[in-house]
Amino acid sequence: MTRLLLTGNAAAAWGARLAHADYVPAFPITPQTEIIDTLAGWIESGAMPGRLTMMESEHSMLTAACAAAAAGVRVFTATSSQGLLYAMEMVYAAPGLRNPFVLVNVSRGVQTPVTIQSDHTDVLAARDSGFLQLHCASCQEVADSVLLAYRLAERVRLPAIVNLDGFTLSFTREPVELPDAQEAARFLPPLAEAFGTTARPFSAGRSLAAGAAVLDSTAYTYFRYQSHLAAVAALQAWEEVSDTFAEQFGRRYDGVEAYRMDDAEYVFFLTGALAGKARGVVDRLRAAGCPAGLLRPRLLRPWPEAALRQWLRGRRAVMVVDQSLSMGKGGVLHGELASSLYGQPGAPLLLSFIGGLGGREIAAGELHEMATVARRAAEAGEAPPPRLLFTAGELRVVRKQQALAQVAEEEKR
Amino acid sequence: MYRIRFHGRGGQGMKTASRILGSALFLAGYEVQDAPHYGAERRGAPMHAVVRAARGPIQERGFVDRPDLVVVADEGLLAEAGAAILQGLDHHSLLLTVGREPAALWQDRLRLAGPVLALADAVIAAGERHFLGAFCAGAAARLLGVVALACLLQAVDDEVASFGEAAVARSRELAEAGWRGLEEHAGSVGEGSAAGASGQAPPDWIELQAEAGDLAAPSIHGGLSSIEVRTGLWRTQRPVIDYAHCRRCWWVCSEFCPDSAISVDADGTPTIDYAHCKGCLVCLAQCPAHAIRAVPERGASS
Repeated sequence: MTRLLLTGNAAAAWGARLAHADYVPAFPITPQTEIIDTLAGWIESGAMPGRLTMMESEHSMLTAACAAAAAGVRVFTATSSQGLLYAMEMVYAAPGLRNPFVLVNVSRGVQTPVTIQSDHTDVLAARDSGFLQLHCASCQEVADSVLLAYRLAERVRLPAIVNLDGFTLSFTREPVELPDAQEAARFLPPLAEAFGTTARPFSAGRSLAAGAAVLDSTAYTYFRYQSHLAAVAALQAWEEVSDTFAEQFGRRYDGVEAYRMDDAEYVFFLTGALAGKARGVVDRLRAAGCPAGLLRPRLLRPWPEAALRQWLRGRRAVMVVDQSLSMGKGGVLHGELASSLYGQPGAPLLLSFIGGLGGREIAAGELHEMATVARRAAEAGEAPPPRLLFTAGELRVVRKQQALAQVAEEEKR
Repeated sequence: MYRIRFHGRGGQGMKTASRILGSALFLAGYEVQDAPHYGAERRGAPMHAVVRAARGPIQERGFVDRPDLVVVADEGLLAEAGAAILQGLDHHSLLLTVGREPAALWQDRLRLAGPVLALADAVIAAGERHFLGAFCAGAAARLLGVVALACLLQAVDDEVASFGEAAVARSRELAEAGWRGLEEHAGSVGEGSAAGASGQAPPDWIELQAEAGDLAAPSIHGGLSSIEVRTGLWRTQRPVIDYAHCRRCWWVCSEFCPDSAISVDADGTPTIDYAHCKGCLVCLAQCPAHAIRAVPERGASS
């Protein structure tokens, strides 16, 4: 067993290398660039077969990914934030072509104002596209999830996004056990085999028009709903994919991570790298006599609704921590979870917390306070309004910046 | 768990420091996490890097808010609020400054509850400030007292290898110099503990109110406000114009300067505004007459 210190970005690159990605259309953007930089180095030195092509934009990059996937090769690509948004037309176009590939998104807040620090608003903008979405909480999970994502994507013939947080994963080194290359090849046989009896979808002698236009609503509805059904079917496929992975590599990745949930009454609900800190807070709350737990969906799409209903039945309150913001609505995860629990017997009270925007640290003390607020709400039987994690001290900082920016005093009133 | 922050400027090797120390602790059998943190990636801008090390899994990420050890590689940063060097320091945190001033001066100026040590950096020449990271990593390793010198040097080999043999050799020397420089304080930094549920101060969350659109847009009113920010402090290398070779072409260096810090007078003679030049050396790279050279900022006559 070899354990190396790897950043989340290097772990993602290793995932692509171990998956034998044939083609990497690329475009740089912070905090993702280290991924394509690493792959370019390996391909240039011959350590990794395959081809990397620098494109002139993320829109072209995604288009090239779709075309190469249609030609039947294994495609890997990566982006972040504005890059994902710039590619958004193709993000929505890709799944309907029904060809699998993997896109790593390194989460970073979106503008305006511009930032390079992490939050999940970028990847959640792709929520309704048809891409499968796996959200990671450690560098180990990043390397493994790229392999898992390929197998899942190739089972249901949809592209998949593997998401990792900028900085807290992308630039953070920690010990990673790299999957053995031969075992990885056994887990991910060549694409033609993965497609079973289907030959390569495209060859030069056999013409094919992919993504044909349908101008009638009947056919449109059929094809769109097929993509939805394929995404839903990925939940069942995940069972096989994650079981096989656990057998081969000894690491189990359930669609929903459940930490100290057995008798938990107060449950943190969040995605991504914040899970580590939240686990520590759960431990300390338990040491202080508060029955806390943590649920973290790894699968954001497909949404593991049945598992979430099962885990949350009979709990007292759920503290949903959204590191994203849907303008005019609020936290995205909160809305997603509420829609799954409404009308269910024994549904817990849902509390909405919005924080971590643009890399804003969520302090352990704030997670403790959420548990206090949740206990109070459970006693009162009513959830408080959504809470933005923003302190009086932070407002003072903004006021200082506004003063430096010469925002007129009268405008403040 | 050990929690360490290295503060410096982009280009001084603080990310390398965190990686050397991280690797050394990993070789010594610890679970490790190391990470740099910066804004716009730019030479001279304040940045920091963190290391966490524990005997079991590490459940924390991001900013180290209760450091056991803070290493400051550039004394000039201690005056910059934005560098957040003093954040979270308490009676148990050790502050190590690397530079020229004695510990007593920082103890007096900063009024810290915890101990302060100063390590003279005279061994590092002005032109090799990018090796500061290895020096700082060696010093930090000695303060923890759980890393053998052989582990430290192995970590230097692993982390600096991609920069070539000369860089490895010099980094080894400086890491060992940092390590030896703190011999009498070996092991003086201990592992801190995380605050329990009862030790958590509740956050002073506020209700953010909707404000007028003009106020709520991220606009900077009034031009030229960047003149007020003297970014010349970021500079680690100083571009110097050799007027004997300057062709008075009137535009190349000035046009390429990303900070508009080079002005040109009527006869085409350029002048560098050192109050705002960040030392990126784009002018040096672009000058067709090769009339701009770089000198280490430290020791340059101002």
